[in-house]
Amino acid sequence: MLNQRPGIQDRVRTQARKSFPKTAFSLLGLATAIALASSLTGTAWSQTEAANSADSLAAWAKIATVLQHPRCLNCHQLNSPLQGDERRPHIPQVVRGPDNHGVSAMRCGNCHNDMGNNDTSGTPGGLHWQLAPVSMLWQGLSVGDLCRTVKDPAHNGNRTGAMLIEHMENEPLVLYGWNPGKGREPIPIPHDQVVELTKVWVAGGMPCPQ
Amino acid sequence: MITLNINGESHTLDLNREMPLLWAIRDRLNLTGTKFGCGYGMCGACTVHINGEAARSCSIMVGEAAGKKITTIEGVSGNVAEAVTTAWQRLDVVQCGYCQSGQIMSAITLLTGNKTPTDADIDAGMEGNICRCGTYVRIRRAIHEAAKSLA
Repeated sequence: MLNQRPGIQDRVRTQARKSFPKTAFSLLGLATAIALASSLTGTAWSQTEAANSADSLAAWAKIATVLQHPRCLNCHQLNSPLQGDERRPHIPQVVRGPDNHGVSAMRCGNCHNDMGNNDTSGTPGGLHWQLAPVSMLWQGLSVGDLCRTVKDPAHNGNRTGAMLIEHMENEPLVLYGWNPGKGREPIPIPHDQVVELTKVWVAGGMPCPQ
Repeated sequence: MITLNINGESHTLDLNREMPLLWAIRDRLNLTGTKFGCGYGMCGACTVHINGEAARSCSIMVGEAAGKKITTIEGVSGNVAEAVTTAWQRLDVVQCGYCQSGQIMSAITLLTGNKTPTDADIDAGMEGNICRCGTYVRIRRAIHEAAKSLA
């Protein structure tokens, strides 16, 4: 989808080249062909743009369901995380603290292991377990507002579209969503599909629904 | 093999990396001052220090703790630990005592990072340590008293 513009352009040009024999009139023919090709590609471009925009918006709709899933949303909270598929307040009560990692004897890493989930205690884990920064609060946002927040550098950790793709692809706490340990539902859309959806959304200019 | 540094001593043990640290501390090294309460990080009875942080040893795995400085109630020392245990004894904080080694370990971490904790600081920092005898009021007073003695 992402590279349709040059694809269509090339195809039209190739067809134009093939359609005209090398005769004395070829120059005139070629000029006509160029005009025709330009006209065709112009039309194709706007159709492609519309298709890209629709695809990107559709991609965003699916990405939003991922970001609003408890595995993501539970830690994009103001002062205390939620817990579990039922999204209840975290037990025991924990608070953000100055560095998003909790306070004094109630730090995220006191229970949550950098090396991953603890199957014995059932405590989930992942590298640098923490609340999302306070600039990235997603609770209660509509799909459109969530979109505008996620693409706003002031609310996404100063990330470009390419950096958002990279984040979705490799960030350990994002990857945790697909390996949450027993008793917690993984993100229902496969990770590689979510990365592809993010690429479609970014390539389409990160459009947001109203 | 996993090497655990506990109370200044190095112990090399044949353990699964995913074993809870508490199992190693209590069952392999017989350091039974650290208690088993709930087994999933909800009560704080198993609190130890890992590199100075108040870790729940039932939830932290030995593979995570390997190579770090682990301190249990048996090995904790220093002026903050002394102030806390002195205040605990003076105010007779303990009732049944089961949760208290965890409470003391958390209180030491709290006071190490915050020399003048407010009631709100104490509530937030000690939230993860549950006492079924309800000694919370005495715990809070003892932490304030320890803070004063350290000032």
